Amino acid sequence: MTQIRKLALLVVGAALVAGLAACSSATPATSTSPKGTAAPKLTGSITVYGAASLTATFTELATEFEAANPGVTVQTAFNGSSVLVTQIQGGAPADVFASADTANMTKLMTANLVTDTPVDFATNVLEIAVPTGNPARITTFADLAKPGVKTVVCAPAVPCGAATLAIETATGVKLTPVSEETAVTGVLSKVQTGEADAGLVYVTDVKGAAGKVVGITFPESSKAVNTYPIAALKASANPKTAAAFVAFVTSSAGQKVLAAAGFGKP
Amino acid sequence: MKRTATLAGVPRWVAVIALAGAIFILLPLVAVINRVDWPQFIPLISSESSVAALLLSLRTAVASTVLCIVFGVPIAIVLARTTFAGQRFVRSLVLLPLVLPPVVGGIALLYTFGRRGLLGQTFDVLGIPIAFSTTAVVLAQTFVAIPFLILSLEGALRTAGTRYEAVAATLGARPTTVLFRVTIPLVLPALISGAILSFARALGEFGATLTFAGSLQGVTRTLPLEIYLRLETNPDAAVALSLVLVAVAVFVVGLAYRASAVPTARARVAS
Repeated sequence: MTQIRKLALLVVGAALVAGLAACSSATPATSTSPKGTAAPKLTGSITVYGAASLTATFTELATEFEAANPGVTVQTAFNGSSVLVTQIQGGAPADVFASADTANMTKLMTANLVTDTPVDFATNVLEIAVPTGNPARITTFADLAKPGVKTVVCAPAVPCGAATLAIETATGVKLTPVSEETAVTGVLSKVQTGEADAGLVYVTDVKGAAGKVVGITFPESSKAVNTYPIAALKASANPKTAAAFVAFVTSSAGQKVLAAAGFGKP
Repeated sequence: MKRTATLAGVPRWVAVIALAGAIFILLPLVAVINRVDWPQFIPLISSESSVAALLLSLRTAVASTVLCIVFGVPIAIVLARTTFAGQRFVRSLVLLPLVLPPVVGGIALLYTFGRRGLLGQTFDVLGIPIAFSTTAVVLAQTFVAIPFLILSLEGALRTAGTRYEAVAATLGARPTTVLFRVTIPLVLPALISGAILSFARALGEFGATLTFAGSLQGVTRTLPLEIYLRLETNPDAAVALSLVLVAVAVFVVGLAYRASAVPTARARVAS
């Protein structure tokens, strides 16, 4: 009896947190009612917290994982990696965490909230995004620093901004952005709407917004490669399924989805 | 109906629910105060970026409040004193920013004043760059804050009635004279409290600013945006700045209460 009650509480808690996470900006979590009918190997519901840049791929991976494991429900919540870390440290009932950089995963490891050593499952590099038509005629990274060019980047505090800063340092090109956004999605929308002449986003963001922005690769991007680690969390009520999801992301099937979205191999 | 156990006419269960609700509102405030790193409080809130954000917030909120008064007062007067076809529809549209998520407001502003927006070209020609400027912040804040002024003033105008205005008119005062000598003084407390509420709303603006204006220290990064950014790297600073914003907001709301305490008394005398 008490166990059932505990489970019910957990489910309610998870729904609440997922709802709150959705409120706090990101994509609304796909809410599905947990169905524990036919029980093969894996059962129950898990909640995956993923970096904002993983929104499209992890939504797809969750659906594929559910299809491969009938009876399993995967709920997803996406936000900036550091926001998610703050939520997990605050007791959010996440089972799996996928970060856009190692720094944020390290925070959770230091707090002793991660089960095993996190696995690197993807890499991502920056790319210049310009509005269709490329009004400012950007071709190289140095063009972004030209006077009169409205460049938008991420703030150094967030992973994409840290990568931008690393490239600036490595190349000696000093950017004077008109805005330092709090999330990569902010940069992308400023470019999409034509407010900015250019922005620095991830390769995968350009691919995801194909048709609305044009991507310009630049060789200096190799100076800052973001590595994405994933790990199951200690607080998970369903450690078996959580571990299986981590394994699925790093499997060849999972890697195929990530590669199709433009992610690099770890 | 016979009332049992009441507190000055208020059923006890209402008071109990009210208490629970008050705790719900106050507890997060206590939690923030509890999390503040007091020894580091002053250094945290006096860093260059914090001060820049606070000053920008105060500056833009004052400018927005002025715009709210300039445009909100005439809107409230027209809504309260005139009748025209589709008035209800217009009122609900004017109050739309109140219910819209600020992000939606930001998107709407982007497509209006943005470089590729409806009026973007016009402003470019006039030499007023809006994108990524402090002007954009003020526009976003005005957009979300103006309904507060309109609502509070329109209500006061209706409560005050038109008797004094009618008397002034029969004594030969022109409409503009009546407006400045009778109407405005009559609803001044509501105007002040409405303006203060608008100021408070402008001060807290986040979503529309982030979407429409961007985020750059000293130009567009207001205090709420700074807090959100600090949460990424330095949660202690975010908490300290939150408390600063809470303190300013409490102060402002207190002012609004004091101002709005007067009109109820007056309204009673008038009616």
